[in-house]
Amino acid sequence: MNITATPALPLGDDALILSHRLGEWAGHAPVLEEEVALANIALDLLGQARVLLSLAGDEDELAYLREERQFRNLQLVEQPNGDFAHTIARQLYFSTYQELLFDHLAATESELAPLAGKAVKEVAYHRDHAHQWTLRLGDGTDESHTRMQRALASLWQFTGELFEPVEGLETVPWSALHDDWTTRITTTLEQATLTVPEGPRHGAWRAGAGRQGLHTEPFGRLLAEMQHLHRSHPGATW
Amino acid sequence: MTTPRPAETGATAAAPTDWPLWEVFVRSRRGLSHTHAGSLHAPDAEMALRNARDLYTRRSEGISIWVVPSAQVTASSPDEKDAFFEPAGDKPYRHPTFYEIPDGVHHL
Repeated sequence: MNITATPALPLGDDALILSHRLGEWAGHAPVLEEEVALANIALDLLGQARVLLSLAGDEDELAYLREERQFRNLQLVEQPNGDFAHTIARQLYFSTYQELLFDHLAATESELAPLAGKAVKEVAYHRDHAHQWTLRLGDGTDESHTRMQRALASLWQFTGELFEPVEGLETVPWSALHDDWTTRITTTLEQATLTVPEGPRHGAWRAGAGRQGLHTEPFGRLLAEMQHLHRSHPGATW
Repeated sequence: MTTPRPAETGATAAAPTDWPLWEVFVRSRRGLSHTHAGSLHAPDAEMALRNARDLYTRRSEGISIWVVPSAQVTASSPDEKDAFFEPAGDKPYRHPTFYEIPDGVHHL
């Protein structure tokens, strides 16, 4: 398999894997309207993944035929959906990051600029969707507040990796993006009567591990579900 | 099923919500009025707008959305249909069929 060394690969993997996770809500979301909203976000991300992975090679080969260690996505996006609060917390952390990064890339000469400029509007909506739900869950009932706070805390360990410089994107001002991210997350959480988690920003594996191909246990099961059809029936179409 | 589902991680199974119903009106272009597109459930007006965006404007159908609580709509009763509407049936002079519509006038 020919894989071009490009930062489009890790960013495309982020979009592909989170898209797959969100797609798992189909048939399981709490209400029909929310199911459509999550599927809509999943499809936006899948569209981004197709463009980005095509810059790195054959999009189908990259999605279906790579082994776990060859994926470069953040560990955050591979985390299971959990309850609805987990899905929203994951989306809030990721979409806030993705919006800041794409907003920056859109103004550069990078080969990613056209995609980033187009996608940043989609991502702004994803971030708003997660923001709105964070406000309602955090400032809702005791039960929703507890679940939202728990979700934010359990995913916090995967946020350190977001701002580890990506190979090929060394000119991105990662530390400034990190500061903006922290400000935005803090504002949303305070508005939602939630507190910013205080635990470590990375787990047993060092932050940055996902970008190096080291993934958490649930990722293997995700890949099995995502890849088994293509691997069992190579070239299958309908 | 290889990944934890909400039911396995402590969430209760999806129960019917008591979210109110909202009527959605979409304006497709400048110059046209908002047209009823359908209805949906949402916990509040802001979320109703977002749900309407996802349900009714995904294929570039609109440039503006209104949402109205369905409970705030007062509808005419089917029982009053005759008194309300039938008297207009035999008054063709009320219809603008006696005018020539100038070329180039749309949406009249």
